[in-house]
Amino acid sequence: MQEVQGEKPGKAKKERTPMPEQPAEERRKNFNEVTLGYTKEDALAEASRCLACKDPKCVEGCPVNVDIPGFIQLICEENFEGAIERIKATNALPAICGRVCPQETQCEARCVLGKKSQPVAIGRLERFCADYEREKGVKAPEVMPPTGKKVAVVGSGPAGLTAAADLAKLGHKVTIFESLHKAGGVLSYGIPEFRLPKEIVRQEVEYIEKLGVEVKPNYIIGRIKTLDELCDDFDAVFLVTGAGLPNFMGIEGENLNGVYSANEFLTRVNLMKAYDPEYDTMVRHGKHVVVVGGGNVAMDAARSALRLGADEVSIVYRRGEDEMPARREEIEHAKEEGIIFRLLTNPVRILGDEKFNVTGVECIKMELGEPDKSGRRSPVPVEGTEFLVQADVVIIAIGTSPNPIIFKGSEGLEQNRRGTVVADEETGATSKCGVFAGGDAVTGAATVISAMGAGKKAAKAIDAFLKEK
Amino acid sequence: MILSFVQKICFYSGKCDLMAYRILEKEEIAPSVHRMIIEARDVAKAAKAGQFIILRIDERGERVPLTIADFEKEKGTVTVIYQEMGKTTKQLAKLSAGDYLEDFVGPLGTPADIRKLGTVILVGGGVGVAPIYPQAKAYTSAGNRVISIIGARNKDLLILEDEMEKASSELYIATDDGSKGHHGFVTDIMKKILDSGEKVARVVIIGPPIMMKVGAGVASPYDVEILVSLNSIMVDGTGMCGGCRVTVGGETKFTCVDGPEFDARKVDFVQLMNRLAMYRGEETEAVEKYEAECRCGLH
Repeated sequence: MQEVQGEKPGKAKKERTPMPEQPAEERRKNFNEVTLGYTKEDALAEASRCLACKDPKCVEGCPVNVDIPGFIQLICEENFEGAIERIKATNALPAICGRVCPQETQCEARCVLGKKSQPVAIGRLERFCADYEREKGVKAPEVMPPTGKKVAVVGSGPAGLTAAADLAKLGHKVTIFESLHKAGGVLSYGIPEFRLPKEIVRQEVEYIEKLGVEVKPNYIIGRIKTLDELCDDFDAVFLVTGAGLPNFMGIEGENLNGVYSANEFLTRVNLMKAYDPEYDTMVRHGKHVVVVGGGNVAMDAARSALRLGADEVSIVYRRGEDEMPARREEIEHAKEEGIIFRLLTNPVRILGDEKFNVTGVECIKMELGEPDKSGRRSPVPVEGTEFLVQADVVIIAIGTSPNPIIFKGSEGLEQNRRGTVVADEETGATSKCGVFAGGDAVTGAATVISAMGAGKKAAKAIDAFLKEK
Repeated sequence: MILSFVQKICFYSGKCDLMAYRILEKEEIAPSVHRMIIEARDVAKAAKAGQFIILRIDERGERVPLTIADFEKEKGTVTVIYQEMGKTTKQLAKLSAGDYLEDFVGPLGTPADIRKLGTVILVGGGVGVAPIYPQAKAYTSAGNRVISIIGARNKDLLILEDEMEKASSELYIATDDGSKGHHGFVTDIMKKILDSGEKVARVVIIGPPIMMKVGAGVASPYDVEILVSLNSIMVDGTGMCGGCRVTVGGETKFTCVDGPEFDARKVDFVQLMNRLAMYRGEETEAVEKYEAECRCGLH
C-alpha cells in the first residue's frame, strides 16, 4: 500500500509500508531471496512514520545500540550515505542484520508506534541503507593508527566478524581463524540463500577485510594450534566457535540413511550449494520430509527441503505455535509456502526399510503440562495417540551441544556443566588471562544479533585489556 | 582443465607462495591408486599418526576426507593415497605436480593413542595400508615390536611394501589370488600369530569396512585390544554436521571428533556399511556423467 506523500513530518501514519516479496507459489520453487527490499519511495514513506522520540526506546532494544532515530532522520533527508554511515558506526553487518534480526522482539518491539498501530519497520530501513550502499560501492572505512597489538579471533561468524571490525577500527591487528573453507560461520553454512544471499555475506566479509583484518580459512584452533599456543602468539584471543555439535533425540532409527542433523542438511544446501546441479555436493532430495524442531533452524531446513522439490514437508514440534522459538515472519513465510505444522507432536521412533533407508516417523500427540525451568509449559505425551508420518528424509533441528575441540590443549579455560565456555556477560572475559569468549560458544544456540552484541562488548573489553597490558 | 579460483589468483597475481596447497608430487603406485604429496605447512606441522584431512579440488567440489598417509614437518608436506572410486577421486587422479587444490584442511580427528605397549599387530588391507604406514612408524619409534600384515586383491594392487618393511619389525603379505605372499586374507595371518601364543597388546585393523568387520570378529576371542579406523561420510570434520555418526557400544559417536579410531568389538559395522552406501546411486550417476564429459573433451 502506497503512503500519501506530503503529510506533516512527525505525524505518525497508520499503515506500515509493506515489503515487496516473491509470491509464495513462485518462491517455493527457487532459492532466490524471498523479500525483495524497499524501493527509495518505500523507504522514504516508511522513514517518515518515525516520531524521532527524544528518549528513543528502540535503541535500548538493539543489542548493538544503533542510533535508530538518527539514521531514519537521514533517510528522510534523502542522505542515504549518511544514514548507512550512522548505522555502521555501531553495526558492521547491516545488510545481514536488516535481513535476519528478530526486530519484532528487539528494536521494533520498543517502538512507541507499536502501542497503537504497527511499529516503524526499522529492519527493512536498515536493509535499504545497506543495499543502497552496496550498489554504490562500499567506501573504504577509516581506521585508527596501528597500536602494534595483535588479536586472534577464533571463528568467523557474526560475533567474530563484529569484534574483528571494532578492534581493527581501533588500530589493532586482527587475524580471524576459520575452520571451514569460507568465512561467515552460520551466515554461510546455516542461513539459507533465500533468506540471506551468500553474495551479501561475501561482501560484508570483504568490508571487514578492508579494515585490515586477515581471514585465515581452513585453520582449526585445537588441531593446528592449541589455544595456549595462540595465546603465545597474540596479545588477546576472542573465542567465538559457535554452537557446536548437533543434538539428536536418542530414539530408534536415528542413524538410518536419510536422517540428517539440520546442521548437515543446511551446510550441504547452503555452503556446499547442493541445490545447484553444477556443484558436486550430494544431498537427498526427499519427497516426504519431516523436520523436527520449532526454531528458525527448523524453518530454514523445512523451507530448503521444499525448494529441493519435496511434495510434502511437515514440521513436528512438541509444543504449540505460541511456544515456537522461531521468528514470527519465518513461521508465516513457511505457512504461506505450504509447510505443514504438526504441533503438540513428538517423534517416538524413525522407521526404515531393509536397505536402511528412512520410510517414516512414528509420532505421538502431546499436551502441555506444568511450566518447566524455562518457564514454558512442558509437553507430556498422550498415551495411545501414536500415528505414522510417511518420510524419506528426516531432519533433526533440536539444538546443539558445545564443541570439545577448543578445550584440547588449553590450560585453565573454564567450561560449565553443559560444556560451554564460562565468560563474563558484560566483557566476555574467561577464566584464562587474555582470552575472551562470546556468541553461541558461551550462550548455546541463539541469534545472529545477540552474537554480534557479544562481539561488540568483548571488543570494547579487549581494547581496554590491551591498553592496560 | 578449468583453472580453479586459487590458480587464477596465482596466475594473475604471481603470488603463488600465498597459496599453500600445491601438489608437489603425484604418482600412480598401483592401478588406479595414487600417491599425492601436497604442500600444506600448517597441517604438516601439527599432523600425527591416525589423523585425516579434508580436501576440495575446486569451488564446486565435494569436501573429501582422506587419511594422512605420511607427513614431513620440516618440508611442510602431507601425503595422501587414494583409489579412484567416485567423481572427485577420478578428478584428483587427473591432477599432476604443480597443480593446486582449492582447500586442504587438517589435521582432523583424534590422533592414534600411540605409546609403548609391547607387541602390536598392524593389519592393512587395500588402500587401508596407507593410514597403517604412519602408525607403523610411530609405534616403532615408541619402542614397540611392530608386526605388520598388509594385503590386497593381487600383487599389483599391493602398496607401500618397501616402506612398511622398513617401518616394521616383521612384515607379512597376503593376496586374495596368491600372486604374492600368503594365498588368502590378512586376517588368516593375524589369527596364526595370535594362536602362536605370542603376547600381543594391541591389534590395529584398517581397510574396507567388511575387512575390518571380519578382522574384528577373528581377533575378538583373544585377550587383545582391537582398534579400527573408520572413514565415514562427513562434511566439516570438526563435529558440526554429525553426518559421520556411528554406533559404538550402543552409543552414537561422531567419527571426526570421537574417532576415527574405535574399539572394534563395539562398532556397529553393519550400520557403518549401510551409511557409507547412502549416496551410492548418486555417486554412480556422477561418475557416469563425469566420464561422458571427459570423453567429450570437456575436462
